[in-house]
Amino acid sequence: MIGKSVPRVDAYEKVTGRAKFTDDLILDKCLVAKVYHATIGNGIVKSIDTSRAEALDGVVKVVTFKDVPDHCYPTPGHPWSVEPAHQDVADRNILTGRIRYYGDDIAAVVAEDEVTASRALKLIKVEYEEYPVEIHPRKSMYGSHPPIHFDKKDNVLNRTNFFIGNVDQGLEQSDTVVKRSYKTPMVQHCHLENPVSFAYMEKDRVVVVTSTQIPHIVRRVIGQALGIPWGRVRVIKPYIGGGFGNKQDVLYEPLNAFLTMQVGGRPVKLELSREETFCNTRTRHSIEYDLTAGVDKEGRLLAKDMMAYSNQGAYASHGHAIAANGLTAWRLQYACPNIRGEAYTIYTNTPVGGAMRAYGIPEAAFAIECFMDDIAAEIHMDPLEFRRKNLIKGYYEDAYLKPIAANTNGIFECLEKGAEYIRWEEKRKKYASQTGSVRRGVGMALFSYKTGVWPISLEIAGARMSLNQDGSVQLQLGATEIGQGADTVFTQMAAETLHMGMEDIHIVTVQDTDVTPFDTGAYASRQSFITGTAVKQCAEELLGKILSYAKTLLPEEETRELSLDHGWIYAGDEQAISLEALAQECYYSLTNSSVITAEVSTQVKKNTIATGCCFAEVEVDLKLGTIKILDIINVHDSGKLLNPQLAEMQVHGGMSMGMGYGLSEQLILDEKTGRPLNGNLLDYKLMTALDTPDMKAEFVELNDPMGPYGNKALGEPPAIPGAPAIRNAVLHATGVAFNEIPLTPQRLIEGFTKAGLIGKEGKQHV
Amino acid sequence: MKREKVLVQCTVNGKEVAEYVDPRESLLEMLRNRLGLTSVKKGCEVGECGACTVIIDGETIDSCIYLAVWAEGKNIRTLEGLEKNGELTRIQEAFIEEGAVQCGFCTPGFIMSATVLLERGEVLSREAIKKQMSGNLCRCTGYQNIVNAVEKVMKENADHK
Repeated sequence: MIGKSVPRVDAYEKVTGRAKFTDDLILDKCLVAKVYHATIGNGIVKSIDTSRAEALDGVVKVVTFKDVPDHCYPTPGHPWSVEPAHQDVADRNILTGRIRYYGDDIAAVVAEDEVTASRALKLIKVEYEEYPVEIHPRKSMYGSHPPIHFDKKDNVLNRTNFFIGNVDQGLEQSDTVVKRSYKTPMVQHCHLENPVSFAYMEKDRVVVVTSTQIPHIVRRVIGQALGIPWGRVRVIKPYIGGGFGNKQDVLYEPLNAFLTMQVGGRPVKLELSREETFCNTRTRHSIEYDLTAGVDKEGRLLAKDMMAYSNQGAYASHGHAIAANGLTAWRLQYACPNIRGEAYTIYTNTPVGGAMRAYGIPEAAFAIECFMDDIAAEIHMDPLEFRRKNLIKGYYEDAYLKPIAANTNGIFECLEKGAEYIRWEEKRKKYASQTGSVRRGVGMALFSYKTGVWPISLEIAGARMSLNQDGSVQLQLGATEIGQGADTVFTQMAAETLHMGMEDIHIVTVQDTDVTPFDTGAYASRQSFITGTAVKQCAEELLGKILSYAKTLLPEEETRELSLDHGWIYAGDEQAISLEALAQECYYSLTNSSVITAEVSTQVKKNTIATGCCFAEVEVDLKLGTIKILDIINVHDSGKLLNPQLAEMQVHGGMSMGMGYGLSEQLILDEKTGRPLNGNLLDYKLMTALDTPDMKAEFVELNDPMGPYGNKALGEPPAIPGAPAIRNAVLHATGVAFNEIPLTPQRLIEGFTKAGLIGKEGKQHV
Repeated sequence: MKREKVLVQCTVNGKEVAEYVDPRESLLEMLRNRLGLTSVKKGCEVGECGACTVIIDGETIDSCIYLAVWAEGKNIRTLEGLEKNGELTRIQEAFIEEGAVQCGFCTPGFIMSATVLLERGEVLSREAIKKQMSGNLCRCTGYQNIVNAVEKVMKENADHK
C-alpha cells in the first residue's frame, strides 16, 4: 500500500461539502464574541469605559484586560518542557492594557448575535497614553523607553551564536571575500479558513472546538492561560481549512475558553475576520541577513559568517526558534571548515511573527542561495558548478545537534534532474549576453530540511487501534489532518503493516483530547516520520495480538507459522481462519473473549535531513518591471514516497507559496503605527490561478533508514527554494542582483533604473 | 431596536424555499444558518476569496456580498445540490481523480465555479480556464490539479458531443 497513489480518504467528504469544519458545527446557534483591538501601536490604556456597550440590548458580557488572569502564558505549538530553562517565553495576557502593537487585544464583547457584538465594540471608549512606535528590529534592538516587555530592556528576545573553526583566519586565507545583505518580507499564511473556535462548559470542564493543528498543545495552553487544571480542558479539532503554521500557535482559544466561563458556560463563538487574521494572528518573520564568505582560487568555501536580525513583533510566540533554525541551516549541506553564525530576535511594535511553513528556512534559504549565486558571479563561475564544488556528498551530520544528519543525501541527483529538465547548460549560455528590453534567464536554489524537531524538542506520538467485529480496524491518532493528506498516508501505513486493504482501515479524523492518544500535532514535517513510527509500531503490536489469538482458536497440533493477509489468517500458505470469524470470537466467545486492541505512545529520538532544489526559467520585461515564469521545477529528496500523487500535490502547493514569496507577497506596515496597510486578500497579493504557471514536481527516492517506511520530510520543504531560484534567474537575465523580495514591479523598476538598464522614464539604455 | 424580518422566496437546489430574513443578512448567512447548507464557506466576507461561491440563475456569485433579500425569485444552487443519491457529477469525480483537493475549504467554491464553466459547453484553453477560475483562491494546491480536473472534464464533454 505504501508508494501507491491511492485517493485521499477524505476526498468524497470534501467534494460533496459534507466535511464539517469548526463553524459548520455551531453556525449561529450560540453567543458571538468579538475582540476590541487597540488603535495605537505602542502605549498603555489610561482609561476604558464599557458602560454604553454593556447597556446595549443583546450584549451579554463585556470583559476587559482588568478582568483576566494577571499571569502571562506562552503560545507557541512546541511540546512543553519540564525544564524551566527550556520552556517557551510566557509574555502574553489574555487581554492587555499595555499595547505593544496596533491591534493588540484590550477587551471583548459577548452578544446574542454578530451585529450586536460589532455595534457594542463601537460603544467602548478607550483613552491611551502613547509611546513612540518602532517597527524596525535593527533600531528597536538598542532599547526603548519603556521597553516593549519590561524584562527585556534592550527589546532583544534572544541572541544565539555558534562557531566552527576560525572564520577570521579563513577569510584572511581566502582569495576572494564577498559580503552581501539580504532581507525577507513579513508574509501571512492565508489559509482559506480564518481562525475560528467555539467554547462551552460541560459539568465543570471547558470544551473548546477549534481550527487548530495542535489540539493537545491548545489544551495545555488554555490550562496555563486560565490557571486551571489541564484535565479540566477538552479540545476538539474537526476538519480545518489550512494552517501552514499559523494554527501551530495558540491564538484566541484561551480567550474563547475564558469567555464561556464568564457567561455561565453558554456556547460562545469567536471567529476572526480576514483582516484580523492578517493583523492579529501570526506572520512569517521579516529577517535581515548580513553574510560574508571567503573562497579560494578553485571556488571552495573557506569561511562563512552569518548575522541575522529577526523581527519578532510584539510577542514572543515561537520566538527565537525561527531565526535559530536558520543558523542551523547555515552550517549544514555546504562543506566549509570555518563557519560562524549569530542571530538576534527582536521585539518591535508590529504584528507577531510565528511559525510558517518551513520555520525560518524560506528566509535563510533566500539569503543563503542568493549569496551562493552572488559569490559565483564574483568569481565568474557557473552557480550550479559552484554549488556542486561545495556541497557535501553523502552522509553528513550537524556539528552541534546530534543526531541530526543526512542519513540519505540525494542533492546531487536532484540537481542533475533539475538541470536536465530546465536545460541548464544550454540556456545559461544562450541567455548570457542579451540586449533588448525583454530578457530571459535561468536560476536555481537548493535547501536542506530537518524531519521533526528532535533533539531541539521532544518528539512523541500516540496511536491506538482496535479490531472491529467485521475484521476491520479502527485507527485513532493524535496527529492531525490539516489538508496535507496525513489521514490518507496513516491509513496506507496501517494497511501496509497489517496486510489489509485501505477499505478495512477506518481512521478517525477528528481529534478530541478526551479520547485521542497524545501527539503534539502537525508541524515540522514530522507526522509521517514520527507518528508514522507510532502507527507502524501499533500495527505490529495489533498484528502480533491477532496471531496469538488465532493460535488459541486453531488445533493444538497446528505448528505452522501464522500470518495475516487481506482478511485471512494463514497457517503456512493455507487459509486457517478468516479474520472476521476471529474478530467475532474475540468479541463474543463465551470462553475466551477479549477485544483485540493495541495502543502505543512512542518517543522518537531520530532526525534525518531532507533536501531538494528548484530550477526556474523567467522572462523579464525591463520596462514594465514584470517577471513571467516560463518554466519551473522542484526536485525533492524526501525519502520513499508514501503516496506519489499526494506528494506531488504537496510540492505544487509549496511551489505556489514560494512563487508568491518571491514575486508578490508582503504585509506592508504603516511606519507611524505599525498598522498593516494591505491586510486583506485584495491588497495582499496571494497567487491566483492566473498568476500560477504550470509546475513540475520531481523526486529522487532514496530509502531513508530512519523513516518508518523509508520516508523523510516533505510537508514544508516545497515552499523553500522557489523565491531564491526566481531571484537568481532574474540575476541571470538582467545582471541585477536583487537582495530583497518580493520582486514587485516597483522594486524591479527601481533596480533596473539604478543599474542603468532603463532610464528614468522607463527608456531602455542598453 | 427591532427590525422587521423580510420574507424571501426562492429556489434552492431545486426546492422552493421561504424564509424570513434580517434585511441586513447576506445570502451566505441565510444558506448556512437557516438552511444548513454548510458547503458554502466563509473565507473573507468581502468577495475576495470565492469560498462562498454559489450559482444564481446560472451565474457564479460570491454569496457573502449578496444580500439574502436579493435572492427573491432566484434559482440558487450550492454544492449540496450537485450530488444525486451519492452519485457525483463528473467534475466532483475529477477533483478526486486529479488530486485537486487538499484541506477542502475552497473546494466547494471551486466546484461551483467549474460547474458553471462546464455547463456553458465552451472549450477553453488552459490559460482561459485559469482566468475563469481566478476568482477563487486556494492556498494548498497551487491550482495545478484544479485546472487539470476542469480541463479533463471539459475535454471529455467535447469528445462526447
